[in-house]
Formats: sequence, structure tokens, C-alpha cells
Amino acid sequence: MSPYAVLAAFFFAALLLLLAPFVGSKLLSPKKPNPIKNSVYECGVETVGETWVQFKIQYYIYALVFVIFDVETVFLYPWAVAYNQLGFFALVEMGIFLVILLAGLFYAWRKGALEWF
Amino acid sequence: MEAIDQIFRTIGLWFSNFLLNTLGLPVEVAGPVGILVQALVVCTFAAVTFLALTYTERKVIARVQDRIGPNRVGPYGLLQPLADAIKMFTKEQTMPEVADKMVFQLAPLLAAIPSLMLFAVIPYGEGMVASNLDVGLIYIIAIGSFAEIAILMGGWSSRNKYSLLGAMRAVAQMISYEIPMVLSFMGIILMTGSLRLNDIVVAQLVPFLLLQPIAFFIFLITAAAETGRSPFDIIEAESELLAGYHTEYAGMQFGLFQMGEFLGFYAQSAVLATLFFGGWRGPEFLPSWLWFWLKTWIGVFIFQWAFRTTFPRLRIDQLQAFCWKFLVPVSLLNVFVTAILVKFVPIVEIANGVVTGPLSKGIGGWLMTIAIYLAANALMVLLVAVLYRGEVRRTVSQFEARVDSGVSPAPTPAPKVTDREAVSA
Repeated sequence: MSPYAVLAAFFFAALLLLLAPFVGSKLLSPKKPNPIKNSVYECGVETVGETWVQFKIQYYIYALVFVIFDVETVFLYPWAVAYNQLGFFALVEMGIFLVILLAGLFYAWRKGALEWF
Repeated sequence: MEAIDQIFRTIGLWFSNFLLNTLGLPVEVAGPVGILVQALVVCTFAAVTFLALTYTERKVIARVQDRIGPNRVGPYGLLQPLADAIKMFTKEQTMPEVADKMVFQLAPLLAAIPSLMLFAVIPYGEGMVASNLDVGLIYIIAIGSFAEIAILMGGWSSRNKYSLLGAMRAVAQMISYEIPMVLSFMGIILMTGSLRLNDIVVAQLVPFLLLQPIAFFIFLITAAAETGRSPFDIIEAESELLAGYHTEYAGMQFGLFQMGEFLGFYAQSAVLATLFFGGWRGPEFLPSWLWFWLKTWIGVFIFQWAFRTTFPRLRIDQLQAFCWKFLVPVSLLNVFVTAILVKFVPIVEIANGVVTGPLSKGIGGWLMTIAIYLAANALMVLLVAVLYRGEVRRTVSQFEARVDSGVSPAPTPAPKVTDREAVSA
């Protein structure tokens, strides 16, 4: 069997195993809703203002830096797997790549993208 | 010994034999049924492990805090997880009127399903791996990061300010710590040249903990951060955010979130055991699957003791600074140094499942390799200590300046209280 078929089997098995308590608890649990119970719980105080607001920009900047480094690691993985078959040049090449990335990290650092305001 | 070691494989072979010959099913039917049953067995094992984890977690925390922990239901409180399960089944599931109902319902399932799917590629024993995937490590990383989506869905759809804050912090923290985690695997991939978890175990003639100690500590820290355990538990910092992203969840929906979280760190412990403790390898007197299980529970204990009860919680800016300004450069350095080392002292060359290289040449080869790698790691530690000397001094002086200007109060020395006085107070 292809290993990917096993992964599909695991997806269905997990779904089956989790749908049982999910649906079962829906059937077994009592349902006595009332307006106060169904309000948003914020320490018993009525909620003020809109919740879905624009959020702090810092989260977005971290996400941007993350995308850059995530793509970088995607490049590094095939290099690491094939490393034993590659010559000395692969080491030099990846060294240059890593230095460029580190330079990028230090640029972001100096620019204050990694600071939390 | 051989029979006990291979007992689960024997049962599996017997079962497929049963499907094919006794029931007389054609191969096209018996194959899928066989792997589905296999997957169900592994998932059930994981679900039972989840119950055990809730029990040991409460016991360990209780012992660290000088309490007894659950001890009412059954002998030593062993039936407590079952009582919890019954409670979760029969508890009313509330949902805020203003919530995004579809997403709200879907999020717990999406948190729990990937955590079960993680168990597909883990080698539990010699030859005991459900899916011998050639990109096993990437699969672990990819499926493991599904938790971020589930947490964001749960926190956003609740329409609760605490939930949203918790979810935002969680995602920012988890994506940041993913980078050093992925980079900490790189050293091992460089040494073994394979992403297949079983190959990594086969290559591990000595535990890679001895060859990659820096990567080990980076992985330990990032795994704790990925699963939101203290000191990285600002995700659900209970003293400020109620329960973070699952504030509005009750009953079984909360249980599914909990399952995702617990099985997440169980899977991280299994990866820890596979990559750094030698996986199912061990002396002959215990079967390989028992070795693997014991090593995994060592990892679980580290998570439950060190990363739950020991450290005080950090602020989010401290967390992010630690990740981006310390862990990422250090793990990149580790990748580079390991690459140079592997060029000169190759660990293994796996050809057709047979391991060659200095590690396979007896004790002398082992000691030499370990000595070289440990020396390189010690040099790296020294270099990092020198490089970050200024950073530490700057942080301390900043803190002192803030204390002088009265922005944050100076830490007052705690009054000396004897144990007896503390108890009576």
C-alpha cells in the first residue's frame, strides 16, 4: 500500500473516532439555553464595543518575517537531504545563502521589525 | 524475544491473512479495510493515551505543588479520566448568540483530527510504522501546524475579546517558534540524509542527543512553545485571559480542544524520542516498542514537569524577542556548523538500509565522533555567550533605567517567612 493511502486512512479513522464523541455529546447533553447563558462571557460584565476590530500591526509584521524564513527553510530541506551526495561546493553555496538570510534578519532587527511597540 | 518484539506485526499479518483467506475477500477490498483497521487501532491507542495524559498531568502538577492530586475516583484516582469523559459527554454545550456558528463548531474537530493524524508516521518499534512516508518530518511539521488554524478559528469565531486576544497571541507565537524548530531538525537531516523517521532511527547508533545537544535544547523549547506550555502559555494565561481561545467552549467541544493540545505534546515527545533518544533502539532485554514507549514518556515527563510547573510566564514581547533574536540565529549557526562537521566527519551513509560510516565502527568510532561533535557544540555555546554578552548587559541596564524612572516598581525583597508562618498565614 502506498504510504499516502495510509495517511488517508488515518484521516478517516480520526474523523470517525472524533465524530462519535462530537455527535454523541450533542445528543446526550442537556439543552437549556437562555439569553444570559448565551451572551459572551467577559467576566460577567456586559461586553462593550465591537470585538472584530483591526488588530495590532505587530502581529502582521511577524507574520511577514515568518513567511520569508519559512520559504527559506523550504529551500534548505532538499539541500540537507541531498547533502551527502553533493560536493564541497554545496556547503559554500548554502553558506552564502545563510549569510544573505542572516543579513536580512539583522536588517529587520535594526529596522525595528522585531520590536514590540 | 524476537516473538515479543514482533508481536504487533504478527497480529497485523494474521489479521490481513484472516481478511484474505478466512473471509475470502478480494485484495482490492482487503487492502483498504486492513489499513483502515490499522489506522483505527493506532488512533484508539492515541485516544487512550490522551486519557492517561490528563491523569498524569494532574498528578505531576499536584506533586510539584505539594498536593495529592486526583485520588477519589477508583484506586489512586485512576478512574478520574473516565469520570471526566462522562462529565464532558453530559455537560451542556453553550455557544454565544453572536458567535460565527459554523466556524465555532468546526474548530474543535479541526484541532483534534490533525493531532491524531500525526501518529501515522511515527515508528513505534522495529518495523512498526503505519506509514513509512519518505517526507515524514515535513509531514509532522505540516500537520502539526494545523493547530494554529484551529486556534485562530476558535478564538475568532467566539466573538469574545479574551478569545481573540488569546488566539492572536497563539498564532504569533506558534508561527515564530516554528522557524527554529524546523531549523533544529536540519542538523539531523544533514547527518542522516533522510526525512524518513524510520531511517533516522536506523542511523542512530548513538542517540543524536550526544551529537546535537544544541538542536535538542532548541527543539525542546520550541516544542513547548508550539504546544503552549509554560513559560510560553500566554495563549491561555488564565490570570489575564480567562482561558484564551477556548473561553467560550464547554463540554465535549472543550474536550476536543484539550485532546488536540495534549496529543500535540505527546506527539512532540514521540518526535523527541525518535530524533534525539534513539527511537526504538535499545538493549535487547526489552522489546523495541517498549523502549520507544518509555523514551516517549520521558519526554512527556519533561513537558509536564519542566514546561508546566517550573517557569513563570513571560510577556509576548519577551517571547518574540527570545525567538527571533536568539533562537533563530543560534539554530542557523547550528545548521552551518553541522554542515561543516558532516563534510569532515560523516555520521552515516545509508545504502539499501545498511548503515556505514564511522559510527558503525565500534566503540572507538563512537567516542571519536561524539567527542568531535560535542567539542563543536561547546565552541558554539562559547561563541553565542560572547556574542550575546552585550545584549544581556543592555537588557539589564534598560531594566535598571526603567526602575530608576519609576515606570515599573523596583522588585522588593520578599519578607523572610519561615515555612510554619507561611502555613498559618
